[in-house]
Amino acid sequence: MIGGLHDVLMPAGAQAQAILALWHWLLPICTLVFVAIMAALWLAVRRAPRVAQDDTPDVSSLFEREPKVTRTVWIAVAVSTVLLLALLAASVFTDRAIARLPLANALHIELTGYQWWWAVRYDDADPSRIFTTANELHVPVGRPVIVSLAGADVIHSFWVPSLHGKKDLIPGRDATVSFRADRPGIYRGQCAEYCGYQHAHMVLYVVADAPDVYERWAAQQRKPAVAPVNDEQARGRDLFVAKSCAMCHAINGTSAQARNAPDLTHVASRMTIGAGTLENSVSARAAWILDPQQFKPGAKMPGENLAPEELAALNAYLGSLS
Amino acid sequence: MKGGRGSVVFVAALAALAACQREARDFDAPTKSVTAPPVRMSAIQPGAISTRTTLEHNYEENAYALSEGKRLFGWYNCNGCHANGGGDKGPALMDNVWVYGSDPANIYATIAEGRPNGMPSFGGHIPDNEVWELVAYVRSLSGLASSGAAPSRADEMHVKEPESQTDRQTPVVAAPSGASERP
Amino acid sequence: MSADAGSVSAAGVPLERSQRARRKRADAVAGSGEVLRDGAGWGSRAALALDHTWRDESGFIGWLRTNDHKRIGKRFVVTAFLFFCAAGILAAVMRMQLASPDNHVVGPDFYDQLFTMHGTTMMFIFAVPIMQGMGVYLVPLMVGTRNTAFPRMTACAYWLYLLGALSLWFGFAINTGADAGWFAYVPLAGPQYGIGKRADVWNNLINLTEAMGLMVAVDIATVILKMRAPGMSLRRMPLFVWASLVASMMIIFAMPSVMLAANLAQFDRTFSTHFFNPAEGGDVLIWQHLFWFFGHPEVYFIFIPALGFVSTIIPTFARRPMFGHSAVVLSLIATGFLAFGLWVHHMFATNLPELGKSFFTAMSFMIAIPTAAQIFCWIATLWTGRISLRVPLLFVLGFFAILVLGGLTGIMVGAVPFDLQVHDSYFVVAHLHYVLIGGAVFPLFGAFFYWFPKFTGRMLDERLGRWQFWLFFVGFNVAFFPMHMLGLQGMPRRIYTYGAETGWGTLNLIATIGAVVIAASVLLFVVNFVRSLAKGALAGDNPWGAGTLEWATHSPPPAFNFVALPVVASREPLWVREADEPTHVSGLSAQTREGLVTTVLDALPDVRYSYPSPTVWPFIAAVTVVIWLFWSNITPSGMYYGLIPPAIAFVAWYWPSRKETAEELLLQRRP
Repeated sequence: MIGGLHDVLMPAGAQAQAILALWHWLLPICTLVFVAIMAALWLAVRRAPRVAQDDTPDVSSLFEREPKVTRTVWIAVAVSTVLLLALLAASVFTDRAIARLPLANALHIELTGYQWWWAVRYDDADPSRIFTTANELHVPVGRPVIVSLAGADVIHSFWVPSLHGKKDLIPGRDATVSFRADRPGIYRGQCAEYCGYQHAHMVLYVVADAPDVYERWAAQQRKPAVAPVNDEQARGRDLFVAKSCAMCHAINGTSAQARNAPDLTHVASRMTIGAGTLENSVSARAAWILDPQQFKPGAKMPGENLAPEELAALNAYLGSLS
Repeated sequence: MKGGRGSVVFVAALAALAACQREARDFDAPTKSVTAPPVRMSAIQPGAISTRTTLEHNYEENAYALSEGKRLFGWYNCNGCHANGGGDKGPALMDNVWVYGSDPANIYATIAEGRPNGMPSFGGHIPDNEVWELVAYVRSLSGLASSGAAPSRADEMHVKEPESQTDRQTPVVAAPSGASERP
Repeated sequence: MSADAGSVSAAGVPLERSQRARRKRADAVAGSGEVLRDGAGWGSRAALALDHTWRDESGFIGWLRTNDHKRIGKRFVVTAFLFFCAAGILAAVMRMQLASPDNHVVGPDFYDQLFTMHGTTMMFIFAVPIMQGMGVYLVPLMVGTRNTAFPRMTACAYWLYLLGALSLWFGFAINTGADAGWFAYVPLAGPQYGIGKRADVWNNLINLTEAMGLMVAVDIATVILKMRAPGMSLRRMPLFVWASLVASMMIIFAMPSVMLAANLAQFDRTFSTHFFNPAEGGDVLIWQHLFWFFGHPEVYFIFIPALGFVSTIIPTFARRPMFGHSAVVLSLIATGFLAFGLWVHHMFATNLPELGKSFFTAMSFMIAIPTAAQIFCWIATLWTGRISLRVPLLFVLGFFAILVLGGLTGIMVGAVPFDLQVHDSYFVVAHLHYVLIGGAVFPLFGAFFYWFPKFTGRMLDERLGRWQFWLFFVGFNVAFFPMHMLGLQGMPRRIYTYGAETGWGTLNLIATIGAVVIAASVLLFVVNFVRSLAKGALAGDNPWGAGTLEWATHSPPPAFNFVALPVVASREPLWVREADEPTHVSGLSAQTREGLVTTVLDALPDVRYSYPSPTVWPFIAAVTVVIWLFWSNITPSGMYYGLIPPAIAFVAWYWPSRKETAEELLLQRRP
């Protein structure tokens, strides 16, 4: 099973930590208010005398004021207002804390949301260090990450609860979100804006590693695809290019350079396929390639009717692309 | 009121039937590899003239298939030669001239087999049901598909009127000699 | 008297020649020289004449042509409740699908239609119309008049509403159900990604239900402002009437926004305009602004009448007038204004400037203050009252618990940073159901139990009512409280399934069990309703000993509401009777449909008003308008040609009738 922390109440980064701090104001104060109001209501109902429905109503309040009750209600309204102002202050301060994440030496990532997967592009001032992957972000622990968000087709939303709140990817509008992972781990995110049939299967993983582990990963991602080491893998690569795979998927280092679908140059290094739909194992890949629609009905990837030994070759090749 | 009730039911049934065809989303279309049977239009091409093959899928009434066809037309870069139907290196697809025939089976064969002077053969590269989706979309470019199911405008720069508002261009086949003959 | 009727008016003033001639013609038309006037009591000849004048024809044609606000109000309520049950069934299917991970009860396409239909039906077809329908029934009775101000318009509104709702569900039945969410964001509902005709069906529904909402709102607002019983100054107006007034004014300002948005989207889909196309200079976000500018006030159109229910039920069952009546009125008005300043809190996850979003946090917090004031006034009323704990009050107590919790989670999601975590997650699903079901449906059931005797003349069963309440209360909390946790655990909304590795299975299963219990409680209500309709205890005029005017007439009220329009001298007219004040108005004609128009502030009698007679043209107009809408979906020329039938229908609707004009002239008096 694919793991991953995805809990608002278990932050692993600065932004989510700030939001949890706000929760630690909201929850107690709101609970206090709720208990107080319920207690007042309960007391009111309990202490009032019970009468029959045809009891003569007491209309004295139409002619006389009720100073004590009025004063109590005013006090209650004033206390509520003060509490609300306190929460407003807490909210504004949290906003400021989030906006003030130090961004020195930040990693720049460009995230594009498609129906129903994520294109991830690591930007760099040096173009030879730019690389593309899909559905899985790796970030170094303790270093801020600035993610530029672009929606390619419909509105999506980037949300990794343990790291930060969400931000929508809206076509025609540029958005940015910054976060920092403070602990190594695997953090699960999911698209949080309804985007069509497979909104449910648009998962994103953020893997936070120690900086040196991250650099090794990034260096590997920058390289072109691993060359086939045996005949089966070579046949697999040839099938990739000859069949329908290369019409949409790219593998750097081969002639497959289409950009309609996730980049598969280092697909074997990812934890899942289909944007979190299946774990990335030999059997899962085989079933996925034969018929993605049985796992993700409505996805844009068609099935491919391969003979068993063709499928095994292709699978072996893809499994070698770490 | 009996006749009135009956006609309401009849209209509702018609609407239901039309909607069933238009609104079905068939995610489970089998994707066997393309095995394009040869379809010969005239004696100019080699081989015996064969009767038209039966359609595997009639997607012209299906909005989802037409929308998928439009997507694939862009993804597989048909625009590169045919532009948005206006034609460039490849012939225009939004007019009434069909060199290799306008029947769905003809268009299927054109896509799967390729054609002289630059149309590649996509037979092994595009699964069967996607070819049929493209066939339906290509027909919609000249208004031959159901306008209720044809795609509306795209969320892109406006380059032509959408397929749902395209007038029907009744096909005319141009033989290589230049004489026109109706199919 | 009849011999002299031709030459003097009823006041004894000699008539001019031409008036005499007019009177002679009118006499010939009316059939008798005598003009019966109301003011006598039950059983008098005037009362019989009133009944004859106001009663609809029997049979299907009378039902189709009716102007009677009580019949139309009941139609709204029953239709809306049936759609509530239908949308509830959709929710039950959704809960079955989500009860366990990787479930296969329904596929993604059908699930998308399910949640869209559920939300759209609940918000547009159930919640707003049922509150408006209760207003249509109750407001004329509560303000002491005979009908709403524009009864033909309200009749037409009902048919537009029914046809719109049926068109949406017919679409659902033929696989053309809306599937882009109840809020239909572009580009998903736009021309490229909204495949087929599903989004068109949704856009049409918006046009029809919002037209209905506007028409009914204008009608109710006019009745409240201009047709109250003499003496019912604004200070003496009942709180439910205030709530209906505030809600109606809000509807008038907010509904055009969503109609505009839906029509712009429809133009994009049908005529290739580019309102929402960034590539051609349009903007995707403007849809959200237009929709939520309506969408946030909309939840207050639903909530504020429910507050009116609560403000009516509590005094009756605490046996004292509302504490802080003026404060409650001001709170309702403040809520109505503030509700228009909150809409961006639905858009906190977009790339709008952060400082701007903070203003909307502040406004969202601010609107809690008038609501809190009302809550404290209600508690104060109960605290200083003497309580009869019957089923309506039980539902109000349930309202307190659930609404206050929902309102507090609303404060939580009103804070931008926290909302960035829980927006579009199950936390918000929990919040919205707590405020909508707690804030509107619980008071609604309380209102049903409270006013069923007035509507039908029979009482609903108390024991079944208590069972229903407890099942609903417990089931609701079991279903929706776990969703707070699910949202905090990262579960987004609108997903048709989830993997087992997420760990969301247990809480979802609990929620599904709660949903089943809710269904049982609603079934119990239906059983109670059907049984009590046939065999419930007879109610009498005022079984609850309440103080508002609707209880001053029979249960159910006759077609003419009051045998003589009341005159009001206090806030609780039935509880306080001043010894030397007039008690009723007399002198309105019993032979034509006459009402009294009064001044806005102090309800002093102003003019006499002739109500329009029943006619079938509102129904026909509604049918032609619906045909026009669908025709223009199919082909652009339908926009023009399709306007001809509605034009004819509206002209026929307004065409004056000689008989009616003659009758009105008969009743005219020189000042």
